[in-house]
Amino acid sequence: MIDVDIEQRLGSFELKIAFRAEAPIVGLFGRSGSGKTSVVNALAGTSRPRRGRIVINNEVLFDSARGIDLAPDKRRLGYIFQDGLLFPHLDVESNLRYGLHRAPAAARVIDPAHVIQLLGLRTLLRRLPDKLSGGEKQRVAIGRALLAQPRLLLMDEPLASLDVPRQSEVLRYIEQLRDDLHIPIVYVSHAVGEITRLADTVVLLADGKALAYGPVDEVMGRIDLRPHTGRYESGSVLETVVAAHDLSYGLTTLRFDGGELIVPNVEALVGERVRVRVRARDVSLALARPAGLSVLNILPATLVAITPEEGPIVDVQLRVGKLPLTARVTRRSVHELGLNEGQQVYALVKAVSLDRRSVGYA
Amino acid sequence: MPSGVELGIIVLSLKVAFVGVACSLPPAIFFAYVLARTDFPGKTLLDAIVHLPLVLPPVVVGFALLLLFGRRGVLGEWLADWFGIVFAFRWTGAALAAAIMGFPLMVRAIRLSIAAIDRRLETVARTLGGSRAWVFMSITLPLALPGIVTGALLSFARSLGEFGATITFVSNIPGETETLPLAIYAFVQTPGGDAQAVRLSLFAVVLSIAALIASEWLTRRARNKAGVDDRR
Repeated sequence: MIDVDIEQRLGSFELKIAFRAEAPIVGLFGRSGSGKTSVVNALAGTSRPRRGRIVINNEVLFDSARGIDLAPDKRRLGYIFQDGLLFPHLDVESNLRYGLHRAPAAARVIDPAHVIQLLGLRTLLRRLPDKLSGGEKQRVAIGRALLAQPRLLLMDEPLASLDVPRQSEVLRYIEQLRDDLHIPIVYVSHAVGEITRLADTVVLLADGKALAYGPVDEVMGRIDLRPHTGRYESGSVLETVVAAHDLSYGLTTLRFDGGELIVPNVEALVGERVRVRVRARDVSLALARPAGLSVLNILPATLVAITPEEGPIVDVQLRVGKLPLTARVTRRSVHELGLNEGQQVYALVKAVSLDRRSVGYA
Repeated sequence: MPSGVELGIIVLSLKVAFVGVACSLPPAIFFAYVLARTDFPGKTLLDAIVHLPLVLPPVVVGFALLLLFGRRGVLGEWLADWFGIVFAFRWTGAALAAAIMGFPLMVRAIRLSIAAIDRRLETVARTLGGSRAWVFMSITLPLALPGIVTGALLSFARSLGEFGATITFVSNIPGETETLPLAIYAFVQTPGGDAQAVRLSLFAVVLSIAALIASEWLTRRARNKAGVDDRR
């Protein structure tokens, strides 16, 4: 649980932010200059707000009213910067171990060998930082933060200085450690793709204020926030498990609570968990199971709610098995099909619409 | 090869320079850190005071030392009474004069190298659980090592050549305060001492070149150790 309510003046910039979030990964999203990094600095204790309080997992890190201001080394938050910032005079192993012995013995739950294996660092241990690639540096930085046994990881645009292939490499590692180590992460980014792929809860920042916070789709899908979220496609996230690979057609079957989804080849082993984002506009509705259709995914669903809307486009909330799914259709279709809450329908999802970018490794 | 007397002069010069550098290094690192990393009212004044020996005539510095640390000086009397430390007309006084004269050079070099260290490295180290003191020891100091080596050697070289402040403060006492420059000056002033002066000057040249080579070598080593690529 992260509870932040702070006010701070930075030059002519006034930061006044309050939000609460409880999630494995909390996304701080906003354009550059919106105050994201200032929030992270206040959390880490490297800058001091004029007023307010910061509470993480019931531990008060800062409270101006009670005169509490924990030093950065007492907060135990793993800060990961954009450019890694490895100590240039220490080899990878010494970098990794820097914080290990400074963590209280009782808090040492993350095992160095496990982290080294998880982040694929074994072959790099003897190297100096300037002999590493950008992606390797960032992985070492993540491992170093983890071994200091933090209560929380703060990632400030950890992919910003990497090229695209390195980005997806590091993303995959971040997803693995979220599931493996159960460390909450505050993930700062201005990239919609990273936030929706990783975060469960998002805090939307603009001009030093938190405009909204809540579940990713709720916040990012809000039409009134469009100027700040940019071109975001509302949709739903399905937690699935790889069930089978169809090598002859290059397709993967993903199983979730209440159905299966066929998507283009996913590079994951059978049994691995995968997160799929289905955009609302990629979901069509049918009253009866259609035949003679190219669409591979035909999912029986229950209609839960229809968002009342005056405009031409309507969001229809469905339930497939136990998972929620949103379909975006025209108001005319709703009218012509006579859609009503509680009705049984079929949700149609083209496998092709689930491209590489919408499938993440969970 | 130097004669016994000459050897004595060379050894004394080296001793004075070494002790002066060793004793001024910790305060120099402290002031360099303060000047590079903190901001406070009166910083400009502190900066000016640190630089004073560089711009004042050495004789003025020597005279000030005499007033402060002489037998009847404010600090000199106190130090002698309480700690038995005497500077006046001793080789320790020569080392003090050398340290003061080399101090600005040392602080400048160390300050530059501390200022060049990315502050965020220290921030990261703090968030990893390092206290202020430990971060200084494990991150700032090793990364500033090239500058510390350069600063120490500049000050050492300056100490070997120190003349004005030394002769004003502790006078020229053979075997006690007579370092190379003082001895050369004395021989130049003595009729028929030119040959001796030339010999001693040659030793001074050899010492200076050796110090320069050592400086070059140590700086390179420190740089490699700090993980800084030489090609850049």
